[in-house]
Amino acid sequence: MVQPRIIPCLLVHEGGLVKTTRFGDPKYVGDPINAVRIFNEKEVDELIVVDIDATREGREPNYRMIADLANECRMPLCYGGGVQTAEQVQRIIGFGVEKVALSAAAVARPELISEAARQIGSQSLVVVLDVARTGLLRRYEVLTHNGKVRTGLDPVDWAKRLEQLGAGEIVVNAIDRDGVMQGYDLELASRIREAITLPMTLLGGAGSLADIENLVRTHRVIGAAAGSLFVFKGKYRAVLINYPNRSEKSTLFERALGSAEVRA
Amino acid sequence: MIRIVKYGLGNIAAFANIYRQLNIECATAETAEELASASKIILPGVGAFDWAMRLLVQSGMRECLDDVVLNRKVPVLGVCVGMQMMANSSEEGKLPGLGWVDAEVRRFDESQFTDKTHLPHMGWSTAHPSDDKTLFRDMPDPRFYFLHSYFVAPHRPQDVLAQTDYGARFCSATRVDNIFGVQFHPEKSHQWGIKLLQNFAEL
Repeated sequence: MVQPRIIPCLLVHEGGLVKTTRFGDPKYVGDPINAVRIFNEKEVDELIVVDIDATREGREPNYRMIADLANECRMPLCYGGGVQTAEQVQRIIGFGVEKVALSAAAVARPELISEAARQIGSQSLVVVLDVARTGLLRRYEVLTHNGKVRTGLDPVDWAKRLEQLGAGEIVVNAIDRDGVMQGYDLELASRIREAITLPMTLLGGAGSLADIENLVRTHRVIGAAAGSLFVFKGKYRAVLINYPNRSEKSTLFERALGSAEVRA
Repeated sequence: MIRIVKYGLGNIAAFANIYRQLNIECATAETAEELASASKIILPGVGAFDWAMRLLVQSGMRECLDDVVLNRKVPVLGVCVGMQMMANSSEEGKLPGLGWVDAEVRRFDESQFTDKTHLPHMGWSTAHPSDDKTLFRDMPDPRFYFLHSYFVAPHRPQDVLAQTDYGARFCSATRVDNIFGVQFHPEKSHQWGIKLLQNFAEL
């Protein structure tokens, strides 16, 4: 048995950490290294850090920042943002980052997944699907470049393709739920979960630990990622980094899965 | 002094940070000379088997490692792919391993999984040690972070130091004399990982 993972997701914009709402309106929430230190103390399961400027500005990842983050992190780290080539993936893994996330580059050149997986192994290769309902029919569609570019890809078809190409994990980010804190898009999660056997992480919408519990109850082994939930406190969204402690977490899992499962 | 083999893979800084916090002397080894002076060795790793083996050979430390570990019996801890490299070979690659542990590296059998999630094995799982006097000393219910699709399958049952359940039981730690390997990432496993690294330092 592997435990469900509860994962803070941090966004880097202009060198600082921000939290967005529906991919816009970035609010400054602090310094990346400082946040990592606090999350170390809180013993988080994993951390995702995404540089939301790199792809939009068409620049390389900020290697200095990534190396600093990797040095500081005492939990597994997944980095995303501006990664375009297998060499860049290798370089980032070389810093001691456990996982590298691709998004726009994987859409532009799907064979990049297979190339990178051959070198670093599938287990370290994550693909992020930014998904929104688009068009008159409000169908799910994969977007890139912070939700600005439509790809025409159906997330379920794309996830299946990614599994064949050798991706190791799919992070599904529901743009319409970003920063809204009213619950995950469970329908989107179920559709993709049915189609693939890869580890999957859902992001977008978590407003409480109950939302995470609901997701875990339905999908058992899953990553529950959140931004706002772990950086804001209260209805005025005061910045306060927080994360469930060990006993809160095991209570959550026991309620969602039953106590026998949690002990295994 | 503990030396972390710096051959281009693995989270060197994460190990070094933990030992600094524990006030235990630790440095990297980038040359055979630096490696030769080690009292303990950590062989880290993240990535595919062949890539890791190639980098280790290119580092120029391979022969020295063999000598220090096999002849001088310096304690060594292989982590993740670092553990896998100690085996004879891997289903993930074509290159031979170091051959320190009589084992093959195998891919999980996907037909055994009942949950919707199969591979990679990613996240926190419990290790069940067969010996609590060495690496797993004073660690009730130890949990570690795993990230892998392949595992070390020793030919001799006595080389298995710990097992973990994922689909079926697999070997998550090995020990052959002075040679230790762990499939999980102690450098990323909070209190349990810190304790395990401390135990290794105090062997």
